[in-house]
This record gives sequence, structure tokens and C-alpha cells, in this order.
Amino acid sequence: MRKITSILCILCLVPLVAFASGPEMKLDKAPIDPSDKISLQRGVRTFVNYCMTCHSAEYMRYNRLRDIGLTENQISENLIFTGQKVGELMTTAMKKKDAKQWFGVAPPDLSVIARSRGADWLYTYLRKFYRDETTATGWNNLLFDKVAMPHVLYQLQGGQSLVVKTVDDGHGGQHEVKELKLDTPGALSKTEYDLYIADLVNFLVYLGEPAATKRVQLGIIVMLFLFGMLGLTYALKHEFWKDIH
Amino acid sequence: MSKRLDAMSNWIDARFPMTSTWKAHLTEYYAPKNFNFWYYFGSLAMLVLVNQLLTGIFLTMNYKPDASLAFASVEYIMRDVEFGWLIRYMHSTGASMFFVVVYLHMFRGMMYGSYRKPRELLWLIGMGIFFVLMMLAFTGYILPWGQMSYWGAQVIVSMIGAIPVIGQSLSNWILGDFMLSDAALNRFFAYHVVTLPVLLVTLVFVHIVALHEVGSNNPDGIEIKANKDPVTHIPVDGIPFHPYYTVKDIFGVVVFLIVFCGIIFFMPEMGGYFLEYNNFIPANTLQTPDHIAPVWYFTPYYSMLRAVTVNFLWVDAKIWGIVLMGGSVAIFALLPWLDRSPVKSIRYKGPYFKIALTLFVISVFVLGWLGTKSPTPLYTLLAQIFTVIYFAFFVLMPWYSKIDKTKTEPTRVKE
Repeated sequence: MRKITSILCILCLVPLVAFASGPEMKLDKAPIDPSDKISLQRGVRTFVNYCMTCHSAEYMRYNRLRDIGLTENQISENLIFTGQKVGELMTTAMKKKDAKQWFGVAPPDLSVIARSRGADWLYTYLRKFYRDETTATGWNNLLFDKVAMPHVLYQLQGGQSLVVKTVDDGHGGQHEVKELKLDTPGALSKTEYDLYIADLVNFLVYLGEPAATKRVQLGIIVMLFLFGMLGLTYALKHEFWKDIH
Repeated sequence: MSKRLDAMSNWIDARFPMTSTWKAHLTEYYAPKNFNFWYYFGSLAMLVLVNQLLTGIFLTMNYKPDASLAFASVEYIMRDVEFGWLIRYMHSTGASMFFVVVYLHMFRGMMYGSYRKPRELLWLIGMGIFFVLMMLAFTGYILPWGQMSYWGAQVIVSMIGAIPVIGQSLSNWILGDFMLSDAALNRFFAYHVVTLPVLLVTLVFVHIVALHEVGSNNPDGIEIKANKDPVTHIPVDGIPFHPYYTVKDIFGVVVFLIVFCGIIFFMPEMGGYFLEYNNFIPANTLQTPDHIAPVWYFTPYYSMLRAVTVNFLWVDAKIWGIVLMGGSVAIFALLPWLDRSPVKSIRYKGPYFKIALTLFVISVFVLGWLGTKSPTPLYTLLAQIFTVIYFAFFVLMPWYSKIDKTKTEPTRVKE
């Protein structure tokens, strides 16, 4: 009986949780180009300087960054702040247990975050922080309500605040529209900050699947070979089947 | 040189039935000459099986069946193992393509009445293969130990526990624990790489032995063995499997590989259908994902599981859901005895069968689509309606197949 109850619970949870997540916010399209190595290099710089203070990318080795046009020397001199060797995994010094105590939740590993969340989600998320005095960090996020992560890049973006407007929907009803307003400008303009985040998201997408570029390149060769084989095998079949019918 | 080869094959033939087996199953195995598109999927299923076995072996070399290491070891394969990403995508895409190919293979059998006498046992062995394949897919899906691996398995495992009387003990026995944990992961790994593959390969072998005993059906659904050349005793509408169907199947293999490699190299996640996005989050036993959906090939059954919402005959709705889900798979095994039509192939069957089969296919697609969605009252109602249609195809078959207006079968296969 207990097991039956537990299935019921699991099955009942599904619609509830789906409901709780509410109407989904429209995501902004991330303007990324995985073949742009300079953008990826700018992205990894942001990643090690800001993200890796708390987040790890523990399935990724530093020296894999040769993929994006860096030498091992450049990697160890500019991107490793932990005294690790260039062949080691991109871990963080912050202990998961401590982090959980400080933030309420341990910062997730970011190795495959772009594969679970998607580029557009990350691009939207990183640009939608706003000040909220009711949260522990003083920050909240339009896409991820009550997120434990503070706005790490606020010096660059500046501080935004939430503006809730009530608009007529044209059918006699009204609905709320949430918008963000820039109160205190940061070091970057809006366009600059969007590009800055695009570079970071571009890197996160690369980080999710470092072999992706190679995969597509190899795929083209394989397809060319297969289309060649298609003609050959068709001719072979045709030749053998001449005497049937 | 050829003299030496002859001597060698004679030496072997005196000790092992090499030449006779080659002849019996290839060069002198006569298959109907009118195989069409639908007849590629048997050999393609074999190709995918070999792909899964080979890539599986290489994955096993680097995968770690340990709840704390499994997820990382998959990423290790994706990043640090030479061509590990390719091997993994071949295996994950192969899993989905196995179902694509097997579903089309089964549909072929349903269209042309391949389950009818004398191929009932062949069909039943095929059902066994289908069942083992589902077990393999389920146990394999757990191995990456992502969120969907864990919670998808949790739903299935709790179903075992819901079986009256023995459920709880059975679940504990299978899991080796009171919940889904490291012990279960180890067991599922053992099932996935040893028990089930051995069973599958054995069943496939038996399937082919049975096939070669009765001979292949064909799109006309008539027996080519009924019309043999009086002198040679070779079916007049039969052609040797080798070289005719071997060269034809090689062409089919290349077409298949173009699709297969297209997915592997250009869209390995297949929009979240072959590799679910949530499965890139490591399993978290304390956090249920927003939305639990099985991989696409299980979604029709999942829909039927969720379709039952009322208790009936003092039995819990969920138990009926499980019965329905199990029944939706098991009922295929009854097809040879449900079909009362005087003809085998859809080409000579009447409108009732054609309508029934069309409705059945639509219901599978709709149920499959519903299975990927969170239930709403409308979706649940749709799932109930299409579950009824799904089962009606089978349950009503003895009647509609009997009263249907059929055409007379030809005596020879059509070109």
C-alpha cells in the first residue's frame, strides 16, 4: 500500500510542480557563434574571473581550452588562479558543504549547464537580475524567482529594479507586465553588457560539449562518404537484380 | 590455390556444417522476390543490435556503475576518451533508432499479417525480443544517473512495488535496497551489460531459426512455398537470399546510416527526444524535476498508465493503470489468434481493417505525444479516448476481421 501511495504522490506531483512553475517567460535569443574563438576566449576570461569563484566545471580540463585557440602557457598564466596544473580539472576552491551553508544551496557545477538549461535561458537569466530587499542576498531574478545566486556582475550591468505595470489586454481584462528598469548604471552600457553575456554564454555552450565543433566537421566527411556509398550500393543492387522480374 | 581452399572447406565440412549452413540460410534460402520498403527493418534491427553491442563494450571500459561516479564517468567519456563522444552518441542514438526500426518492423508484420499461421511462434519470439529490448532500454537509461534517469526509474520501480501482495518484496529484491540507490545502479548495470544482452542475442538467433523454418511472409501475404517448380522444388516466386537480398539490404543499410549519422553528428540530442535536457543534471534524490517524462519510445504506454483515474472493482486506479500499460504491450502477442480474416495482407483486406489500423496508428502517435506533456483535464480525457481506441483495435479484431469484405488473394506474388 505504501508503494501505491508513493506512485500516487509522484504522479500527483507532476502536474503540481508544472503548475507552480507558472507561465513561462519568453526567452531572449542568445546571439552566439561557436566558431568565434575570440568570443569564446572573452567568455572563458569572464568564466574564470567571476563564475569559478563559486562554480566548478569539474568535468573539464584546463588544457582542453587549446580548442579555443589558447596555448598551455597562456592558459596557466592567465586562467588558473588556484595553483593547479594545466592538465587538471576546472574545480573551485569553495567547498560544497560551506557553500550550502552560505547560500542555502551549493552552486551547481557548470560543465553541462548549457545542455540542461539551453543557451537562451542562460542569456536571459544572466541579464534579468534586479534589486529585491526581501531576499537574503538583496537580489532577485525575473527568470528564476528567489534564486540563491547574487548578481555577481552588477558592477558591470548596474542595478536594475522591478517595475510592475498593469495593462489592459484589450478584452476588458487586465494583466500584469513585469519589466526591469536600470537605476544605477554599471561600467558597461546595455549593448556592451549584452555582448559580454553573449560571450560568456557562447563559452558555456562550448563547455557543455567541447567536441561539438569536431563532431560537425567529422559529420560532413562521413555524410559525403555515405552519399558516395549510396550511389555505389544502388548500382550494385541494380546490377544484381537485372535478372529478376 | 582454389584446390587448397576446397580441401580446407572439405576438411571443415567433415567436422562442422559450414557449407550446408551457408547454403541453407543464404545462397539456397529462398525469399519472396516482392519484398518492399518495409522489409528492410529486420536486417536494420540486426545492424543496430551489433552497433549497440560494439559501442556498449567500449562504453563499459570507461563507465563507472557507482552513484557518486556514474554521471562524471559519462562526461569523462564525452571529453577525455578518444572519440568517446562518438561512441556514446552512437549508443544513445542507437537506443532510440532500435525502437524506430523495431516499431516499423512490427508495423510491417501487422500490415501484411506476418503473425498469421504458420508464423505465430515467430511472432511470439519477436514479442519476447521486444520485451527484452524494453528492459534493456530501461536499465540503460538509468546508467548516466541524471535527473531523468533517477526519477523516470523511480516511477517504474514504484510500479513494481504496487503489485498486490508480492510487490514490496519483489521491489526490494530487484533493487537490493528499499529505494533506488547505488545498489540498484549496480544491479541494473549487470542486467544491462550481461543478462539482457545475452537474452536478446539468444532470442534474435531463435527468431531467425524460426523464420528460416517457415520462410518469410511478403506484401501479398501468400505462401511462396505453395507454388514450387516441379523439377527443382524451388519456390517459383522465391529468389536466393544471397546475393539478391544481401545487396539490397546493403543499400538499405547505407540509407539508414545516412539518417543515423545525420542524427549522431548534427543533432545528437534530437531536440531533447533522444537525450533529454534534464538528464544533463546529476541525479538529485531530494529534488523531483518539474516534469517527468520517459524517453519518446515509452510515452504511449506512459499515457495509458496515467489515463486511468478512477478506482474500479475495489482496486486502486493506479493498479489499473499498470495493468493497462502492461496489457498494451502484451496484447500484441494475441494478434495471431485475434485476426480471423481469410487473407493475411492489407492489400486484400477490406475497409474495416484499414480503418482500424489507421485509427490504431493515430492513437499510438497521439498517446505518444500526450506522454511527453504534463497532464491537464483535457489531455487526460484525450488519453482515455485514445487508450480505448488502442485496445479496441485488438479486442474488436475477431469481429471486424471476420465480417470485413476481402478481395481474393492472387496465386502468384505481384511484381
